[in-house]
Amino acid sequence: MVDKIIIENLSLQYSDGTESLRNVSMGIPQNAVTVLFGPAGGGKSTLLRCLNRLNDLTEIKTSSGRILIDGENILDPKTDVIALRRKVGMVFARPVTLPMSIRENIIYGLELMGEKRKSKLDEAVERSLKLSAIWDEIKDRLDEPAIALSGGQQQRVCLARVIALQPQIILLDEPTSGLDPISTGKVEAALSELKKEYTVILVPHSVQQAARTADHAAFFLTGELIEYGDGKTLFTNPKQKKTEDYIMGRFG
Amino acid sequence: MEKSLSWREFIITRLIQSSGYSAILFVALIFFFLLREGLPTLGEVDASSLFNFRWYPIESYFGILPLLSGSLIVTLGAALIAVPFGIGTAIYISEIAPRWMREILKPLVELLGGLPSVVLGFLGILVLSPFLRVFLDLPTGLTALTGSLLLGGIAVPTVVSVAEDALDSVPRAYREGAWALGATKWQTIWRVTLPAAKSGVLTAVMLGVGRAIGETMTVMMVTGNAPVLATGLGSLFSPVRTMTATIAAEMGEVANGSTHYHVLFFIGMVLFIISLVVNVIASSVVFRAKKRAERILS
Amino acid sequence: MMTKFLSRNRHTVQRIGFTAITMMVILTIIPIIATIVFILIKGGSAISWEFLSGFPHDGMRAGGILPAIIGTLYLTLGTAVFSVPLGIAAAIYLSEYAKDNQVTRIIRLAIINLAGIPSVVYGLFGLGLFVLFLNFGTSILAASLTLSIMTLPVIISTSEEALRAVPQSFRTVSISLGATRWQTISRIIIKEALPGILTGVILGLERAAGETAPILFTGAAFFLPRLPQSPFDATMALPYHLFVISTQVPEMPIQIQYGTALVLLVFVLSMNVIATVIRSRARARRQW
Repeated sequence: MVDKIIIENLSLQYSDGTESLRNVSMGIPQNAVTVLFGPAGGGKSTLLRCLNRLNDLTEIKTSSGRILIDGENILDPKTDVIALRRKVGMVFARPVTLPMSIRENIIYGLELMGEKRKSKLDEAVERSLKLSAIWDEIKDRLDEPAIALSGGQQQRVCLARVIALQPQIILLDEPTSGLDPISTGKVEAALSELKKEYTVILVPHSVQQAARTADHAAFFLTGELIEYGDGKTLFTNPKQKKTEDYIMGRFG
Repeated sequence: MEKSLSWREFIITRLIQSSGYSAILFVALIFFFLLREGLPTLGEVDASSLFNFRWYPIESYFGILPLLSGSLIVTLGAALIAVPFGIGTAIYISEIAPRWMREILKPLVELLGGLPSVVLGFLGILVLSPFLRVFLDLPTGLTALTGSLLLGGIAVPTVVSVAEDALDSVPRAYREGAWALGATKWQTIWRVTLPAAKSGVLTAVMLGVGRAIGETMTVMMVTGNAPVLATGLGSLFSPVRTMTATIAAEMGEVANGSTHYHVLFFIGMVLFIISLVVNVIASSVVFRAKKRAERILS
Repeated sequence: MMTKFLSRNRHTVQRIGFTAITMMVILTIIPIIATIVFILIKGGSAISWEFLSGFPHDGMRAGGILPAIIGTLYLTLGTAVFSVPLGIAAAIYLSEYAKDNQVTRIIRLAIINLAGIPSVVYGLFGLGLFVLFLNFGTSILAASLTLSIMTLPVIISTSEEALRAVPQSFRTVSISLGATRWQTISRIIIKEALPGILTGVILGLERAAGETAPILFTGAAFFLPRLPQSPFDATMALPYHLFVISTQVPEMPIQIQYGTALVLLVFVLSMNVIATVIRSRARARRQW
């Protein structure tokens, strides 16, 4: 299995002194769901935000290391960050629908690129809503404000918004943390479909979700990568004591 | 297509940046021009006659003290009115009034702030001044008191809006804590909420005072325009002249470049510096309070 | 027994205090309403089509005030032309681009200062720079430029507040979808902040329309035989007109004075009402 992303010795420290990542090295395989899990403050969200350079918006004190996507270091200052963000899409913890209709939300990214052809846009809307498992539910309501949808529906629209740009990698940062179990199930089901086309990296909001969805899993604790392995075996037979303690709920 | 997009973005960003800096440019420009036309005064009129008691430009008496005292007494009077009424109204709107009344009172006070000063001066001449003349048995109704009353009214909306904001931003937890300890609403306001909003209320008062000092038309129309030095409380009931009214009244008649012209600009400079000082102090109070709050919360 | 006495005391104090404050509020509100009603009543009878559309005769003692109305419109428009784009751009800078450093603090200080400068000092500045130094003469141009700088701080601070009120999450999401900063601002932020910005602009222009001192030496004239033909002409204006006819014209009919005051009041207050309506309607339709 080819590694889509290779992270080499990544360290990062925020301006206010909090150290977020300490010498992280790992590879993320293509067309699979890789789960980053661990207690709060472990550096998982920070790592995600490095992958699409969203950390550029926050005050960083120091950072070192490389992140190679398809062999190119995306932390290089010469990187085309705009193109990167289309290639690496992100779904956030709280569903953030833009203040527009559902349709306009989905095509927002495409319009940014200058795409104006109605046929292309309509096709993108249908395709991405189908992949997010929500097309049938809202196909007659596309011109309503997106804020009118339920939380679970909004989150799937946010997922569709990302898919519409035809990324290669999809990052999800605790996407189901505010959602009811049914919506959570729908999102998780969508993930297993999505991994056929895309590389999926998920920060779950519970160990159980991690165990349900992971093809590969990485355990993070206070900025360090403690253990990384196959999704099936890591949760039943962790190699590191700290991993085992966390999975067993001995600390949270 | 991407290339031209980034060119456009670059130009737009630069334009926006220079717009941001423009405020500094304008302040500097204003200061420079006031200086340019006002400083020659110091060469043409010596200090002792400048800081003197006689303002009679026709005979080259340029003593600005009566003007300073005029501004001072009118502003003080305005503050004495605006501070209690302004803070009181702010307290009412923020702490006492029911929601529906708040929605009516706030726009109403804002409405007062929008009334042109010339309209208030107009009513001052036709209504307030004759009333005061009769009511207080004065030789004329155009006095410092008339000006103070109207100026107080003009300053009240400023005080109310800033103070009300400050009171509103006191966290609900403060009030609830006091109520839980058995305090009445009134006690809570005076011992908890108001002290907590202290810096914001202070800012409100300073901004209101700043507004009063800078008023021109109203005072010009109702204070009688007699450049007489204010001596004691009695001056409240006689005509005075403020610095602002002096500039407005006499600028139209001066020869460009004459000493009188320079002196008027000099007075403008004094006003500029006074408002600069008041505003810097007012804003530093806010900054300091914010920093303290950050330290407490961290 | 002691506690009963004390508690009754506290509540009495509260009742007295509340009554005092309520009286204060009444004393503040009544003059506001009384002023408006008074001018409405006294000036209402002067209002007629001839008054609003005719020219003055007999040294302003008869006829209409059309040139003053038109003049105020021109000045308000002129102020808008200069202060609105500059003010909104500066607000965008402060809200979306500026970092929290010393330069930004100085800019904010400068804006606070501009807000506090007395209107007559703006008049002096306008005289010195626009009328004399740049040789625009007493003109609509000079007066508008002066009024614009005076209006700038109001527009900047209300617009910045409106921009900051837009949730940060919109910006984060927009960037994560591949937008540049300006694309985010133009496609989402400005659109959502527009009602707040508009309110601030209207309130700022309302003040500019009612000001006399800044236009005193920079553009206002008492009597002009015809309407201004170019920005380099001087103009009549409602606030200046009211000032002169109420203080410097002997035997001025009271009717015309009140009528002029009423027209100015209506001009200014209607802007206030429009701004308030925009603000409350936008709050209701917000999608966040």
